[in-house]
Amino acid sequence: MMVDQPKYKTSYEVDFVIIGSGAAGGILAKELSTNGFRVVVLEQGPYLTETDFTHNEVETLAQDKLTNHPRLQPNTFRKTSSEKAKPQRAVLYGRCVGGTSVHFTANFWRFHEIDFIERSKIGPIPGTTFADWPITYADLEPYYTKVEWEIGVSGLAGASPFDPPRSKPYPMPPLPVKSSGVIFERAARKLGWHPFPAPMAILSQPRPGRSACINCGFCLAFGCEVGAKSSSLATAIRMAEKTGRCEIRANSYVHRIETDANGRAIGAVYFDEKRNTHLQKAKAVVVCANGAETPRLLLLSANKQFPNGLANSSGFVGRNLMLNSGGVTVGVFEHPLNDYKGFAVSRVLHDFYELDPQKVGFYGGGGLDARFDLTPISFALNALPPGTPRWGKDFKSALAHYFNRTMEIFCHGTSLPVENNSFSLDPDLKDAWGLPALRMTYKDHPDDLKLWRWQNERARELLDAAGAQKQWSQPVGESQFAVHLLGTCRMGNDPKTSVINGDHRAHDVENLFLCDGSSLVTSGRGQPTMTIEALAFRAGERITALAKRGEIGA
Amino acid sequence: MINELSRRTFLLRAGTGISAAWISANWPALLSASKHAHSAAVAANPAKLEFFTPEQATEIDAISARIIPTDELPGAHEAGVLYFIDRGLATFSADDQKTYREGLPELQARVTEMFPNAAKFSSLTLQQQDEVLHSLDENAPSPQRPFRASPGAQSFFETMRQHTIAGFLIDPDFGGNDSGAGWKVIGREREHMFQAPFGFYDRDYAGWQPMPKEADKK
Repeated sequence: MMVDQPKYKTSYEVDFVIIGSGAAGGILAKELSTNGFRVVVLEQGPYLTETDFTHNEVETLAQDKLTNHPRLQPNTFRKTSSEKAKPQRAVLYGRCVGGTSVHFTANFWRFHEIDFIERSKIGPIPGTTFADWPITYADLEPYYTKVEWEIGVSGLAGASPFDPPRSKPYPMPPLPVKSSGVIFERAARKLGWHPFPAPMAILSQPRPGRSACINCGFCLAFGCEVGAKSSSLATAIRMAEKTGRCEIRANSYVHRIETDANGRAIGAVYFDEKRNTHLQKAKAVVVCANGAETPRLLLLSANKQFPNGLANSSGFVGRNLMLNSGGVTVGVFEHPLNDYKGFAVSRVLHDFYELDPQKVGFYGGGGLDARFDLTPISFALNALPPGTPRWGKDFKSALAHYFNRTMEIFCHGTSLPVENNSFSLDPDLKDAWGLPALRMTYKDHPDDLKLWRWQNERARELLDAAGAQKQWSQPVGESQFAVHLLGTCRMGNDPKTSVINGDHRAHDVENLFLCDGSSLVTSGRGQPTMTIEALAFRAGERITALAKRGEIGA
Repeated sequence: MINELSRRTFLLRAGTGISAAWISANWPALLSASKHAHSAAVAANPAKLEFFTPEQATEIDAISARIIPTDELPGAHEAGVLYFIDRGLATFSADDQKTYREGLPELQARVTEMFPNAAKFSSLTLQQQDEVLHSLDENAPSPQRPFRASPGAQSFFETMRQHTIAGFLIDPDFGGNDSGAGWKVIGREREHMFQAPFGFYDRDYAGWQPMPKEADKK
């Protein structure tokens, strides 16, 4: 790491300062530095590498070694804008070089054609800002392929009859099937559904400097110790560093984008590790801080010229938050699955990707996957059948019986964009640096909850067909906690109803670009990272073209 | 901290669309990891305690042994949970010291209230010990009046329960789960590298086959 990195002075005007080093920031760093630009990446978290990652559940899960810490950066939550928000952890994201891609599940479906044009197809939905994207699946397809080949995605092209068209097969075969996957596949086929090997951003074959997956079983929530998980850390960041033009500056917490009298961005103001403040100057600013921190940063950057926050003439900065509805249905089987071995997911089905609202009575769609994403302590604290004693002899024998015999069906689905669902600045609570805390306002659209229940029923049907000895669904309730952070600086052609255009350029600031989950117009069906990375590859190309034509200015 | 506990309970009850591993991310801060419990438990002489007095340690060991008892398979005692908790309270998890400092006298008071002739928790019969713990367990229906931690305080029993589970099941490289005792109980092999087939149901999997055409209605 960091071998050939240049060290730019903050007073030196680099071509681009990128805020955030996750799924989008890593790829933009790689694309822009490869294209000849001088780039500084400011990452609020530490620069951890494979040797820093462990299988220590307490340190990783309970003490937030890789994630935003609720004591340093507290959140508040409320359901509606008329309530006063209460302190409570509302978001979880990766806070380290590589961002959330370091610890994610690595489910890597593409969005389908319908996701980009659904508003035109089914019409408006009351109470929502449901809209088409300014780009289509065809526009994005070459970049999906680029993601698969450049970072490494395993999968089997053509295995799902619902897959959108693709220009190339996957670069490597799917990962091995787990017992949960076999149970899922056999039962789904009995029901006439179409399960297929899960596309995963985890290597099934080694690549230079990276091992294939060794099936250690500490995958979701953990950093990969062998580089098999295709995080930005293991892929794009390393490629960016190799150019010799990209500096990854960790422990740099950006809290303001500075603008000049002409309303142009001139750089990013950040706290270093010792809480000294710096301004990194740049010809253009690219914000990839995630769907919570990107809008927060724009709101924190309000000034006389931009009183409602930077790039917020639409009022849409932070609004239209989508989380992806999702149910978890659990099944227990007679014989050991040993599903603790390996990555989380080996089979998926997309038969319900596009449901007919006339038939089901609500808008939405989704995908089901077969998984086990629990490590021993998580399992013992959270995953035993309802009603199991929480301690004592019967608790212990339940642990012994269920740990190896349990699988989950995760039901991923749509969220509708609702204007009041949002991230904003809390008026009272401050973080450890004295900055206004992130406030989340969220109330699920009724259709999202209907879909959630409907998909749980399909999962129960599947587990019945599979002959599960016992099954239950985690109850459906209103969301108060967000992992997928989508739609909060949406893309669009109309500056009145969107924050960025199809090139990821802010409508209001010509040298400001935003790219991450906040760019999404619709929520897809539950797996946003693949699309965020495809958007980042595309944005890299668009921004390069604009810069080379002299249209970003300096 | 009690708020964090209630919230987690709420998340479990209400569902959130996130899987259990993510819900775990809402644990109250637990313990630091260290090699300490491991080395303590394998040492010939009793390890030096860093936080608890020997008298307190006897009580903690006894409580943990009711949370995860020993039967034909090892329990919390054999897994060195006492030392895992002790080391944690002396280091990273110092925030939880107050919970134990206040919790142990509350436990003593409850023991005296329920069994006036008993000297301490660890001298009760196992059945009596369970009765005391049930009375402290806010989540369990109990004939005793429910224990309520004082406002703002974290429940001693719930903290102890979570710490015991963590010390029993943590990767043995990190200061608990001595000799892999906990993993033996749940049937997790000690290795961190596995190859397919993994379990019963994928053993005879013949490899991916496309759906037969006649079944393919779409």
